[in-house]
Amino acid sequence: MERYDQARFSQEDDGEYEPLLSEKSTEEVQVESSLPDDLTRDSLELPALSEPELARHYVRLSQQNYGVDTGPYPLGSCTMKYNPKFTEDLAARPEAAVHPDRSEESVQGTLGLLHGLQEQLKKIGGMDAVTLQPPAGAAGEFAGILLAKAYHESQGEGAQRDEIVIPDSAHGTNFASAALGGYDVVELPSADDGRVDLDALDAAVGENTAALMLTNPNTLGLFERDIEEIADIVHDAGGLLYYDGANLNALLGRARPGDMGFDIMHFNVHKTFATPHGGGGPGAGPVGVTEDLASFLPNPQVRETDSGFEFFEPASSIGKVHGFYGNWLVLVKAYAYIARLGDDGLSDASAKAVLNANYLAEQVDYDVPFGPFHHEFVASAGDQDAADVAKRMLDYAVHPPTTKWPEIVSEALMTEPTEVEGKRTLDQLAAAFNAVADEDTETIESAPERTTARRIDQTEAARDPRLSWHALDN
Amino acid sequence: MSGAGGSPYAPHTPDETAEMLAAVDADSVEDLFDIPESVRFTDEYGLDARTEQETRREIGALLARNDDLTEFLGRGHYDHYVPSLVDTISQRSEFITSYTQYQPEITQGFLQVLFEYQSLLVELTGLEIANCSMYDAATALAEAALLAKRVRQADGTRVLLPENTREERVSVVENYVAGNDLTVETYPTEDGMVDLDALRETVDDDTLFVYAENPSTEGVIEVSLNEIGAVADDHDALFCLGSDPVALSLLQRPADVGADVVVGDAAVLGMPTSYGMGLGLFACREDFLRQVPGRLVGASEDAAGKRAYTLTLQTREQHIRRERATSNICTNQAWVALRTAIHAAQLGPGGLVDLAEQMVELPRELAGELDDVRGVRAPVNDGHHFREFVAHTDQPAPAVAADLEAEGFAVHAVGDHELQVCVTDANEPAIPDLVAAFEEVA
Repeated sequence: MERYDQARFSQEDDGEYEPLLSEKSTEEVQVESSLPDDLTRDSLELPALSEPELARHYVRLSQQNYGVDTGPYPLGSCTMKYNPKFTEDLAARPEAAVHPDRSEESVQGTLGLLHGLQEQLKKIGGMDAVTLQPPAGAAGEFAGILLAKAYHESQGEGAQRDEIVIPDSAHGTNFASAALGGYDVVELPSADDGRVDLDALDAAVGENTAALMLTNPNTLGLFERDIEEIADIVHDAGGLLYYDGANLNALLGRARPGDMGFDIMHFNVHKTFATPHGGGGPGAGPVGVTEDLASFLPNPQVRETDSGFEFFEPASSIGKVHGFYGNWLVLVKAYAYIARLGDDGLSDASAKAVLNANYLAEQVDYDVPFGPFHHEFVASAGDQDAADVAKRMLDYAVHPPTTKWPEIVSEALMTEPTEVEGKRTLDQLAAAFNAVADEDTETIESAPERTTARRIDQTEAARDPRLSWHALDN
Repeated sequence: MSGAGGSPYAPHTPDETAEMLAAVDADSVEDLFDIPESVRFTDEYGLDARTEQETRREIGALLARNDDLTEFLGRGHYDHYVPSLVDTISQRSEFITSYTQYQPEITQGFLQVLFEYQSLLVELTGLEIANCSMYDAATALAEAALLAKRVRQADGTRVLLPENTREERVSVVENYVAGNDLTVETYPTEDGMVDLDALRETVDDDTLFVYAENPSTEGVIEVSLNEIGAVADDHDALFCLGSDPVALSLLQRPADVGADVVVGDAAVLGMPTSYGMGLGLFACREDFLRQVPGRLVGASEDAAGKRAYTLTLQTREQHIRRERATSNICTNQAWVALRTAIHAAQLGPGGLVDLAEQMVELPRELAGELDDVRGVRAPVNDGHHFREFVAHTDQPAPAVAADLEAEGFAVHAVGDHELQVCVTDANEPAIPDLVAAFEEVA
């Protein structure tokens, strides 16, 4: 007998349930068309189920999935916050569903909201201009790289400045985005205190430096206290300073990238401004720049005139990084979230996020090097394997932290509780960490045992890739 | 719960905050911010907080400033009726509030849906590999060009796109490939389709990548896909086909015409037009597996021997491979892929083919009716159309489009005397009114 009431963490599952796209539930239809035969396919074979069957199928699958509304989700550097529900209603309004080729005059509401979000983000980032086009944080990074390149080219130094400097603790996307832009990556080793090593930075930058990409606070949750010196070193070498906004949630109301000397930044609005991550996207990665770089922003930009809102093309625009205007529905939710919280709410969110990180770091029995922490910390699992620790934490009904990264901390457990968890939940999380810390290798290696699926053989999945139901048939 | 003026979503009581501060040995939260005074922000953003009700009212009023037009717009983004099942299921918070499935044991639900999405694309394209999403059609196309650079044995730098490709897509591709020293060029089209002779003239051994669309940007069903594929193959260039899941339900299978990669916007199933928010479709031949950009879900088994799903081949991805990753894409469009998978399943194979056939018949009918309007000739391109077509107007097209807008209809003005009109199941009921409006203004 199936136990639907415990589908999510059921220990017993008879394995009788067939996936929707299994070989057993498909139907092949012959393609009939008024088109000539040579322009059409012969047949199409896909599952053919009734709507009630589908509803149960998908509800069951949803019960086998963990989200922020299910429980705490302290995935470091991902800022998995609770998402307010009213923003969904706004994004679902029919006026939000317009076609991207509508005339500017007929979409004044849409342009007004885009303009409003640009203005909000300019204030929060301390930046002079913002584009909302990049559809994700990494896309924002790439746009930022293109902006830096366009800037250096305008200075006649495009070919000469072919390196991007990135700390070893940075998000992997920084490296990939720099490489996508055609740059060589110069990796910057961290100092003993987990922060940027000024001497190493001094040595790394020079006439070939296009930019330094920096996360502040960094992925260890540490604020780069020497940020003004860092900015001076980079700027003196003729490079630009890029701010990775992944950890901006720790700074709201307390510090602004523009004030710290950053020339370019991206916002992860789906993180900082609480829009649902949707199982891995869509996100949105608006990019802010200083006055010097505003003319290079992607086309189009939105501005307000006496007669309303309109698009315009920045004088030296890099062109486009998305086919249309980015992930519009995410932008609607971000605008609504910022409007709802205002100055005080944003500032308090940051305060509670930082308090939570420091409190949880204090409660866990694992070694937590460095500190004090801004919104996330990295514990070390020590002799235990961090991936095993994570699997075992699943048995305690919490989502585990990010594991094995950054590599500066051995067996890293990168933890970001965010402001939406209260003390009781943090104590529950700490209890899960601490229970696992006391367990033996055998127990954690065989975990999880209380989840929908037991430990999954990921090695086999990579050794023999089966990526569709067609591959299962074979 | 939270103090006045604070975050409405932070659940801390004042007592709890005090206890937690004591536990970390701090007098106030401000003590925890390790920010030098010199860069501390002491001003205000100047953003006033609102209640939920006020926020809703304000933003609702703002969005209501959009005119209520009946859209006959397409050119890469299309409106089909989205069944209620899609909204109901995709809004379930277990799905929408989750993140990337880094812990597969508690994200089997989303992984299975993405596996089903990949399977759908494999069936539609006939190619063996589909990833579980790029941002949109433009970025998927750009990633395909970069894939060509990685997988092609010989050197080659030229990326060829048809000259009627949307300029936005061309711009995105140019930006993506510039860092890899590739150049983007266009080749001629004729009558809304690829000009095969001109393509043969344009392609050479330095050509890395040949792109074509079916249906084309002008809504024409391409008749020489096999030949285009052969031209690319003769020069060891990758043949990339742009399409979408509805068109692929009916039109020639990309695998059968020699396509190496298929890209496009899959959000035509599952999403309204959403001001251009999309879902990058990406499918390719099995040989390219280790060079595929983006995320892949694979089938495996759990410790109890049961079928289970997991993200796989992650050593291609940037969180492991950093600057040597196959792409920088991390956050993708997973939730849109979920909606697309549900929509496709709700239609089933019969429903998909029927919808696609409707997309052949509706433009034929509408073009016929517009052709009867004095001063209008439609369609201007011979051949078969899918969803949309170009019409000639004796009056200047921008003026006609503006007049139609005043009558409540949106169409594209694509040339001095050319309009493009897109008709689907979503706007079909408004056809008589559109024709009447044309009679008035054209």
